[in-house]
Amino acid sequence: MKPLFLRGPSVTLRMILLVVASIVLMTVDHRWNHLQVVRNTLSHLLYPLQYTIDLPVRFYYWADEIFTTHDNLIEENRALKARQLENRVQLQKLDIVERENERLRLLLSATPKTREKVLISEIIGVDVDPFRQLFIINKGTSDGIYVGQPVIDAHGVIGQILYANALTSTVMLLTDASHAIPVQVDRTGLRSVAFGTGHNDQLDLKHIPQNTDIVVGDMLITSGLGGRFPNNYPVAIVTAVEKVAGETFAHVRAAPLALLDQTREVLVVWNDEQTQDEAQAEESESTEAVDDAQ
Amino acid sequence: MRSDFRMGLITIIAAFILAMVPLPDWAENLRPDWVALVLIYWAMALPSRIGVTSAWLAGLMLDVTHGAILGQHAIGLVIIIYVVHLQHQRLRVASLLQQALFILILLLFKQLLVLWVDGIVGRSTDAWLYFIPGLVGAMLWPWVYIILRDLRRQFIYRAM
Repeated sequence: MKPLFLRGPSVTLRMILLVVASIVLMTVDHRWNHLQVVRNTLSHLLYPLQYTIDLPVRFYYWADEIFTTHDNLIEENRALKARQLENRVQLQKLDIVERENERLRLLLSATPKTREKVLISEIIGVDVDPFRQLFIINKGTSDGIYVGQPVIDAHGVIGQILYANALTSTVMLLTDASHAIPVQVDRTGLRSVAFGTGHNDQLDLKHIPQNTDIVVGDMLITSGLGGRFPNNYPVAIVTAVEKVAGETFAHVRAAPLALLDQTREVLVVWNDEQTQDEAQAEESESTEAVDDAQ
Repeated sequence: MRSDFRMGLITIIAAFILAMVPLPDWAENLRPDWVALVLIYWAMALPSRIGVTSAWLAGLMLDVTHGAILGQHAIGLVIIIYVVHLQHQRLRVASLLQQALFILILLLFKQLLVLWVDGIVGRSTDAWLYFIPGLVGAMLWPWVYIILRDLRRQFIYRAM
């Protein structure tokens, strides 16, 4: 027979213990990022579910590839070849400019520019928190991905790795409300920090004095300060500059260049200089810096 | 593993799938907290099997799926499942409407906890949107209740 009254006090006790455990977990997770093991283990359990949910999307892409006609393929091939030719012509010029740049840097005895390594990864089609700007990609620590690594697409910076698990990682878009990225105005060299707003088409530039030379249409590129994002990647275009008389700072808004809600493939970038250990040592510092800035 | 517990586990996994299935942008903010709804049902129907500990574990999983701080959803789920556990005998005899109202309060309370933690960490966004999933969840409660109840009955008859 089932007991009529379930073990009353023990349930209360368990509830209190679990609430305390949750508070401890939250504190540890937020302050020191030491719970990667727990997160990793749980994500292993979740991976089959995520994979299953993503299957229809995969199937769609697969079927799309299978059922394309011969003519379509030939046409696409031609278009791609033409584009490759164009790109190669432009690359020739770029090569010369880059060598010249290196020579000049040597003359100035500045540090030579580094080249970056990239890895293509696919977005897994599962929804994360609707109130945050996050998504999941199908590469993880087993591919060498680490927390804080920059993520870009063909048009600009997308964001950075928030959590790296063994098989998947969570990417935080640069429009997330807790994200900030150091940028530079391409035209004038003015440095600033672009804060995410929680809306996927808007970034805020803070602490820009009223008399600064910044206009709508200015391109923002990564400044490389902070050491997390490599420099000179396009980030956003300034969409609004409001200068209210009597206020110290101008309100500057920008729209990210990366197609944040349309891409399926993204590129994860390795900075050549930055070894993984350095990155991990920096990690805690710069997350705190972002938190402080908020 | 007892069969009713296995039943609970399967429905909770289904709830996780529903929580992660991609939705169009306009519907994303309306998505109810499926995991909480299913856990509330089982805490009411099988309090000796599924209780605060299961809620805590499910909450941790939910934190991983949401990319939230570990414990953020877990704490909310533990507290509301505890309340359901205390009230499960009264809830069972209440009408569906009364149950839905009670669950509305629980879901809103859980969202409030999540919002508080977000606020403490410094990433609050449009606060009012946070409460819409609670409303949708309460509206869907009668269906969740009836579907899970029928599933459970059919399963138990078959087992016997």
